[in-house]
Amino acid sequence: MPEEKAAFTLDREINSVLATDCGSTTTKAILIEKVGDEYRLITRGEAPTTVEAPFEDVTAGARNAIREVEELTGRTLLDEKGVITPRRPDGTGVDIYMSTSSAGGGLQMMVAGVVKTMTAESAARAALGAGAIVMDVIAVDDGRKPHEKIQRIRQLRPDMILLSGGIDGGTITHVVEIAELISAAEPKPRLGIGYNLPVIYAGNKDARPHIKNSLSKKVDLRVVDNLRPVLEKEVLGPAREEIHNLFMEHVMAQAPGYNKLMSWTPVPIMPTPGAVGICMQTASKEYDLSVIGVDIGGATTDVFSVFGEFFNRTVSANLGMSYSICNVLLETGVANIMRWIPFDINEGELRNRIRNKMIRPTTIPQTLDDLIIEQAISREALRLAFIHHKSLAVGLRGVHRQRTIGDTFEQTGSGETYIDMMDLGLLIGSGGVLSHAPRRAQAAMMLLDAFQPEGITMLAVDSIFMMPQLGILSTVHPKASMQVFDRDCLIKLGTAIAPTGPSGGAKDGDPCVKVELEVDGKTIVEEVPYGSIKLIKLEDGKKAKAIIHPSRQFDVGKGHGHTLETTVNGGVVGVTIDARGRVFDVPQDKALRNKKLVEWFTAMNLYPEDLLKKYAQV
Amino acid sequence: MAHAYTPGLKVTERAVIRKTRRLPLLGEVLVQQGAAVSPDTIVARTNIPGNPQTVNVANSLGVEPEDIADFMKVKTGGSIKKGEVLAEYKSFFGLFKHTVTSPVDGVVEMISTVTGQVTLREPPIPIEVDAYIDGVVEEVLPQEGVIIKTEGAFIQGIFGVGGETQGVIRVAVEGPDDILDEAQVKSDDKGKIIVGGSLVTAAAIKKAGEVGALGIVAGGIIDSDLIEYLGHDIGVAITGHEDVPVTVIITEGFGRMRMAHRTFELLKRLQGFRASINGATQIRAGVMRPEIIVPGYQPQEVAKEQDLSQGLVPGTPLRIIREPYFGQLAEVVDLPPELQVIETEAHVRILRAKLADGTIVTVPRANVEIIEA
Repeated sequence: MPEEKAAFTLDREINSVLATDCGSTTTKAILIEKVGDEYRLITRGEAPTTVEAPFEDVTAGARNAIREVEELTGRTLLDEKGVITPRRPDGTGVDIYMSTSSAGGGLQMMVAGVVKTMTAESAARAALGAGAIVMDVIAVDDGRKPHEKIQRIRQLRPDMILLSGGIDGGTITHVVEIAELISAAEPKPRLGIGYNLPVIYAGNKDARPHIKNSLSKKVDLRVVDNLRPVLEKEVLGPAREEIHNLFMEHVMAQAPGYNKLMSWTPVPIMPTPGAVGICMQTASKEYDLSVIGVDIGGATTDVFSVFGEFFNRTVSANLGMSYSICNVLLETGVANIMRWIPFDINEGELRNRIRNKMIRPTTIPQTLDDLIIEQAISREALRLAFIHHKSLAVGLRGVHRQRTIGDTFEQTGSGETYIDMMDLGLLIGSGGVLSHAPRRAQAAMMLLDAFQPEGITMLAVDSIFMMPQLGILSTVHPKASMQVFDRDCLIKLGTAIAPTGPSGGAKDGDPCVKVELEVDGKTIVEEVPYGSIKLIKLEDGKKAKAIIHPSRQFDVGKGHGHTLETTVNGGVVGVTIDARGRVFDVPQDKALRNKKLVEWFTAMNLYPEDLLKKYAQV
Repeated sequence: MAHAYTPGLKVTERAVIRKTRRLPLLGEVLVQQGAAVSPDTIVARTNIPGNPQTVNVANSLGVEPEDIADFMKVKTGGSIKKGEVLAEYKSFFGLFKHTVTSPVDGVVEMISTVTGQVTLREPPIPIEVDAYIDGVVEEVLPQEGVIIKTEGAFIQGIFGVGGETQGVIRVAVEGPDDILDEAQVKSDDKGKIIVGGSLVTAAAIKKAGEVGALGIVAGGIIDSDLIEYLGHDIGVAITGHEDVPVTVIITEGFGRMRMAHRTFELLKRLQGFRASINGATQIRAGVMRPEIIVPGYQPQEVAKEQDLSQGLVPGTPLRIIREPYFGQLAEVVDLPPELQVIETEAHVRILRAKLADGTIVTVPRANVEIIEA
């Protein structure tokens, strides 16, 4: 089970749940009810978030979103005090209400540790896992001089700082040195002028008296268990729990209207990404699969991964599709965006278009060319966010990690990523560009191009981004949460079969993989050459027995040239046999690249045929 | 979201404008409610703690951290000047002397016997907040700042760089289609805010900086020209803190884009007036757009207030803000309630609009903004 638990236990039977997520721009409400034996999504409503002026009261937006649910169901859920709970005999109200929030910039943290790749990295993982944006990581060995670090700490106005360092019983000098830098900087919180900044100390327990001596007069110091009590072990739970407590006490309490919202619900409000992480962990356990999830928003892209007991979340704070779209351009370069566009476009024109999307972030593509450009940018944002994630989803560095899950994983004590794409079972995409792609195949293709899953992987998108609400619900009612997740939240796109390789010098068109699918008593056989894609229709809800024969330079999980027998799931797109190789790249030559793009897009039925024919002629 | 529409940017001859002027830390408010202020009036002041400096005395003297208190020449709370001896260690009966001097003027704030570090605090740094605009103090926020109220012309841009400044408006082009190039920037434009039409070039911005102009307002800018001016690319839409001599405000977008007629005409009428401008832009929840404020401007005839409470209705003037009609001005013809399929195959809410040449086009509602008066 996930580490984070809401400080709430059910004291009654729950048949109806109302949950909201107060996002930075939109507040979304969902109503879940027990229908027969299972919990289902009944309806949803949304309204602009009202944290900012002129409203400055988050409950106004929550009321508007809930009112939309009321209108759609014809039921009364609100009264002048808030959400009516528990449900009354006359049908008004719900059994429980709960909420997540990322409004007002979410939770912004600075973390500090002694060694950048050890305690500081553990602290960053604790903060990210709790749903924070990490503004900076300060460490003794981060290459900055003491005065530069002090300057940086002063400039940032985080919501809180997490300080760690040293193993229990080890040297205290270095962690006290960092505490002294924080003390010297006298950092101020982002919200609440005149309040002391919360600092969580989760380092060497022997240093606590000195840390208190340095910091307690200047900040609101909280002390929790060391997150690296010994080098070989990382214990993030207590730090994450304290982050959630402080999020409620400081950040939420300072944000307009949250005190009122908190009074509506017995379940502590949770940061949106923290709740999504819990949802992913519950799903991984439920399906018994390794899961990667991505949420691409306007400002940030969050990536979550659950491999065995390892859960990680990263947030790429400046990779997004509107507010930070220009940063995608800046980080990847215009050539990397243009490589996914099968038609000629002037570079300057493309740059101006991207900038205009940044300054008018709520606009949507009206033309197909514009849609293709936007989906090209999203491939790069997703790709970069995943690279970032892999760099943090690593084993403990420099030590022999305690092997707690048997021999499933290779020893990654050298700091290698434990993201094993061949082991990945479910890849979930979320965020407007994926969830609202006009053709579902477009979402599947963006996920395939950006993440390049290997072997057999189920692809899915979140239909209406209700994972935050389902995450918080799973802390009090996991069964209801998972039933809705499976039936109403996930849109299963289908299964991707992607051989890795080639191990030698295979050429485009050489044999790559032969797939036999047994569907409704009939066997479909497809031989897909290297460099190509083939889509086989297999409806959502259907399963097919698959015998997959990779050629000798390719591997689908059993070794080069070894046959895999398995069962694959259908979906709204179907079964995609992606024989482009792993890792693949698009051709450098522009004419050849355009030809291949059109070929792949046609195979996936990605865009209208007429348009693709037009591109093919150019 | 029944009332979802993009409100658009304000372009108005007469508005009540309120500006909150707030200190970054608690401090002292220097003006009283009702006081008249001008842009350079200091309305609030505070001292932020001086810069800290750390000196590792234990390392420099070659002694153990726990012993450094014995060698300090200045104790906690004591003042010290730059170059004065902070700590001293004599060995071999005073034969060898090691000293550490202070790198700054300041006060000894902390002597750490754990790390051997000494923290010195430089004198406090005064921070002042000015009024930015001509107006009256409407409300005092105790210890934090004030709200200043004024009436006058108010124009919002779509994107800007550079911070707050004041200058006299000069329209440098004939019409909203014209490009503001270096030839239009005059040697006597010092202290001016220069208005262009559809585009401002990098050369014009450079020359404006050379002659001492303080601001530029234009319809569009080429992406690469902006990068050239700033010396770096912009990744995230948070601006206003750039260290640039000229604040640049773009009213329409990137590329060559004709300035909206209404904006251009108003700026023409404001020629010769002193304006307060700010390029700061933040595009996220709590959107902040660049602005041009001319306090005290009295239009000859005040236009009727536009009623936006109903959002988009037939006849509402709007601007299309995405391809394929990007930048064109139009008027709502009708607003079908049901979702419709557009070229991308997405099902969206649309509207039909009449372009300036009379053509009726279909546009997603998300891709228009109301031209606000």
